[in-house]
Amino acid sequence: MGALVDLGTFLQHLINGVTLGAIYGLIAIGYTMVYGIIRMINFAHGEIYMIGAFVAVTSFTLLIGLGITWVPLAILLVLAASILFTAAFGWTVERVAYRPLRNAPKLAPLISAIGMSILLQNFVMLTQGARAKPLQPVLTGSFTLWQGEGFTLALTYIQAFIIVLTVGLMAGFTLLINRTSLGRAQRACEQDRTMAGLLGINVDRTISLTFVMGAALAAVAGVMVTLYYGVIDFYIGFLAGMKAFTAAVLGGIGSLPGAMLGGLLIGLIEALFAGYVSSAYKDVAAFSILIIVLVLRPTGLLGRPDIEKV
Amino acid sequence: MTAAQAPLLQVTGLTMRFGGLVAVDSLDIDADRGRITAVIGPNGAGKTTVFNCLTGFYKPTAGRLLLRHPTRGEVELQRLPGYQVARHGVVRTFQNIRLFPSMTVLENLMVAQHVGLMRKSFFSLAGLVGLKGWRDAEGQAVEKARTWLERLDLLHVADEEAGNLSYGMQRRVEIARAMSTDPLLLCLDEPAAGLNPRETQALGDLLLSIRAEYGTGILLIEHDMSLVMGISDRIHVVEYGRKIAEGTPEEIRSDERVIKAYLGEPEEEEMPAVVAQDLGNGGEARP
Amino acid sequence: MSTTLAHRAKDGALAALLALFLSVPFVGLYTTSTDQGLSLATRWAWLPVIAAIVFAGRLALGFATDALARRRAAGPLIDIPEETGRKLGRGLVLAGIAFAVLLPLTPLSDRYVLDLGTTVLIYIMLGIGLNVTVGLAGLLDLGYVAFYAIGAYTYAILSTALGLGFWVCLPLAGLVAALFGVMLSLPILRLRGDYLAIVTLGFGEITRIVILNWQSLTGGTNGISGIPRPTFFGLTLDRRAPEGERTFHEVFGLTYSSEHRLIFLYFIILGLVMLAAYVVWRLRRLPVGRAWEALREDEIACRSLGINPTASKVSAYATGALLGGLAGAFFATRQGFVSPESFTFMESAIIVAIVVLGGMGSQVGVVIAASFIVLLPEFARDFSDYRMLVFGAAMILIMVWRPGGLLSGREATIRLVPRAAKKKEAA
Repeated sequence: MGALVDLGTFLQHLINGVTLGAIYGLIAIGYTMVYGIIRMINFAHGEIYMIGAFVAVTSFTLLIGLGITWVPLAILLVLAASILFTAAFGWTVERVAYRPLRNAPKLAPLISAIGMSILLQNFVMLTQGARAKPLQPVLTGSFTLWQGEGFTLALTYIQAFIIVLTVGLMAGFTLLINRTSLGRAQRACEQDRTMAGLLGINVDRTISLTFVMGAALAAVAGVMVTLYYGVIDFYIGFLAGMKAFTAAVLGGIGSLPGAMLGGLLIGLIEALFAGYVSSAYKDVAAFSILIIVLVLRPTGLLGRPDIEKV
Repeated sequence: MTAAQAPLLQVTGLTMRFGGLVAVDSLDIDADRGRITAVIGPNGAGKTTVFNCLTGFYKPTAGRLLLRHPTRGEVELQRLPGYQVARHGVVRTFQNIRLFPSMTVLENLMVAQHVGLMRKSFFSLAGLVGLKGWRDAEGQAVEKARTWLERLDLLHVADEEAGNLSYGMQRRVEIARAMSTDPLLLCLDEPAAGLNPRETQALGDLLLSIRAEYGTGILLIEHDMSLVMGISDRIHVVEYGRKIAEGTPEEIRSDERVIKAYLGEPEEEEMPAVVAQDLGNGGEARP
Repeated sequence: MSTTLAHRAKDGALAALLALFLSVPFVGLYTTSTDQGLSLATRWAWLPVIAAIVFAGRLALGFATDALARRRAAGPLIDIPEETGRKLGRGLVLAGIAFAVLLPLTPLSDRYVLDLGTTVLIYIMLGIGLNVTVGLAGLLDLGYVAFYAIGAYTYAILSTALGLGFWVCLPLAGLVAALFGVMLSLPILRLRGDYLAIVTLGFGEITRIVILNWQSLTGGTNGISGIPRPTFFGLTLDRRAPEGERTFHEVFGLTYSSEHRLIFLYFIILGLVMLAAYVVWRLRRLPVGRAWEALREDEIACRSLGINPTASKVSAYATGALLGGLAGAFFATRQGFVSPESFTFMESAIIVAIVVLGGMGSQVGVVIAASFIVLLPEFARDFSDYRMLVFGAAMILIMVWRPGGLLSGREATIRLVPRAAKKKEAA
């Protein structure tokens, strides 16, 4: 029946959207955490995600060359490698381009971040080549959720993996922020950096760790996107970064659950728009939704409303 | 100006709630031209919140802020956006001084005269072309600025960046800037904060002379009792967002509720003589 | 803070180690596409080189910063009395203007130089425009390229579809861009700084995507070509004139040279830039400009003085948009065609970089920064692959070195006691 096929198509788009949203959400957390703690838009964060994806591709190729083909082990090793290297990059970026500008006028770190973004993009382009990197499929196959006349609703293993891993990371992260001393230190620095320092919190280290954690999550997103799409190039950081930042702002910048919610929404909007309206304009949809939401609710969906202190 | 005339500003039933916290509760205050009205009370009493509601920074939860403008008639300030309140002649200063730090003192005073100058520059067209009408208007604006700079002993720093000045001077610049708008009602938020006794005395003299010469109404939030008792015509006392007393300085000085609000319940023994004497001195610190 | 050699060596070694680590997955290993998919290759030889460079660089940087700090503690680096410094500055500005005006008439100008100069001037124009929004009014706009594109495409459409001349299309394009500036800014002006940034970025991207996909209006990826060039009072600057018209070189008895049109275009943009710079300079001294700067300094104080912040912000946006649109229109007629790839986010980023690097609010700073940004890649032509890499690194370095921008001081717009009078007093 036609209606059933329509429903099936819709659900498929939904699944795709949720998967996409999970990826955006992981990147968005990096943006929102950094903004929360030093009020800065880390323009280079998209490039960090891109670096994670490239390390993943190189690692997979290396593992295949070494003959390690058991999928769960390969994915685990690739995640480890990607997180390790990407976190190091994230740490270095903060140290080199942002820490010296901690007390500078607000636009200086932004320009530095844009410069770092250009630097990283070109670094990867020069060292890895400008062409896209197609990876042979690592994980194929899917769960068949529903089978009907001429239509199959499927959840691929990769999609399932992404969603499960993301949910797990989210839970773990929320625990980290709310229950551990690191999380407390971070929240203190977000509220009042000077006071936190006076109370004995190592502010520099807390900020560095924030960047490292954001980079680690971006690395996971990079691995996921490599598995999901199978092809990457040095430009993916820009577009994904833009959308993830949009997601962070949509959810309310500075809010962790907001970042996830925003990511989910952007992913869904993109998938549904591409499926039902137009693939070419799908990026416009995400930005337009953002603008509409911000005009109506200037601090984002879950952001704390700002009361001016006069 | 007779006492029977309706006051310039009449606040009735002003209430401001932030979530569950009631910062201001059904407050009635009035202020008038040629009068100095003070609003005093312990910290956290809601005084600055009243100012913020008055000058359009907060939208009051309830209440009526009626301004009887000499030419525009009766205006309800709570319906106006902040900048419109200022255009109706109600101008304020801030607890944490808000100057334009990288602009010079003179430029700060020129910005204050923005509204009139904008009109004279005819949406900048007259200004761009350098028409005489514009140049005259600008010259007059500079003269007015000069008058206030002279009066407040700021001439020698007119071309200094406002952010580089000392605290006391910055306070004076803020007042000069506010007066450059020719306000009907000048609202000062703790103008004596951080000033030494000599500076506070000078401030008091300044406010008295402004009242005498320009007939400007002055509404004052202040903690410094010497200033308040010395120059106020009328004092409103606020505690926990509610008015607990109103009257002349003499009346307030001896009002039990006020004393209790500032000093708490008297102990079994009598109020220490020292304190009683201090209050009798109008709050002046003993040498 | 001087440290021992051992300290520095350890510091350098750690940095080198980090650089080594980061290089492993990118320099050391790399993937290439083959028929069978990706294959892995290595370049281990590079790693010790990188380590050595980083080690040496870190040591050198440490020594240099210390030496500079010692020198600065002893006294200002360059000791010039304020008056002389200002005269020197003014002299340099005049010299710069003279240079710009006379450049095409000097023997060292050729096609390449004129081309480059024209490009620099276009970016100066864009910088002056964005400087009003970002530098003076303090409104972060990351989508300025939208106005550039709107101006260019408006000009292209008006001149090709309606056949209107340059001097008609140019102001129209600017006005259309300004109109968009007003429309786009009104709904978003309540937003706080960083939110404003992302929304304007969104506008920039939306504009680009719309241009890319609205085939019937904009020609999609192919853009619009065949945009007519400006004429010299009706005389065309081509080699041959269409029926009934005459050519420039005919009328003036010169042999045809393609440089004529280049010189003409150069002077047009130079004129536009000088007019824009002058107008902005004047606006700063008018209430509208002072309100912009006051808005940047403290919006709350502005409201308390009766300034309507929305009107002020919209006027800043619209003025910036107008200038951007004019630059775009000129760009369209200079190139002869427009396509969406000229209007990416990177352009917005570069223009923001120009304004911030130059020093917010400083027009002279904009000139210097624009020249630097356009000319640096040109001089590094030999290393063309590395150009953008060096560009990015340079942006970081300049910001770390001088976070306020190259010219971060602010010149007051009005003085109670004119400088000349002060000098007389002192004398």
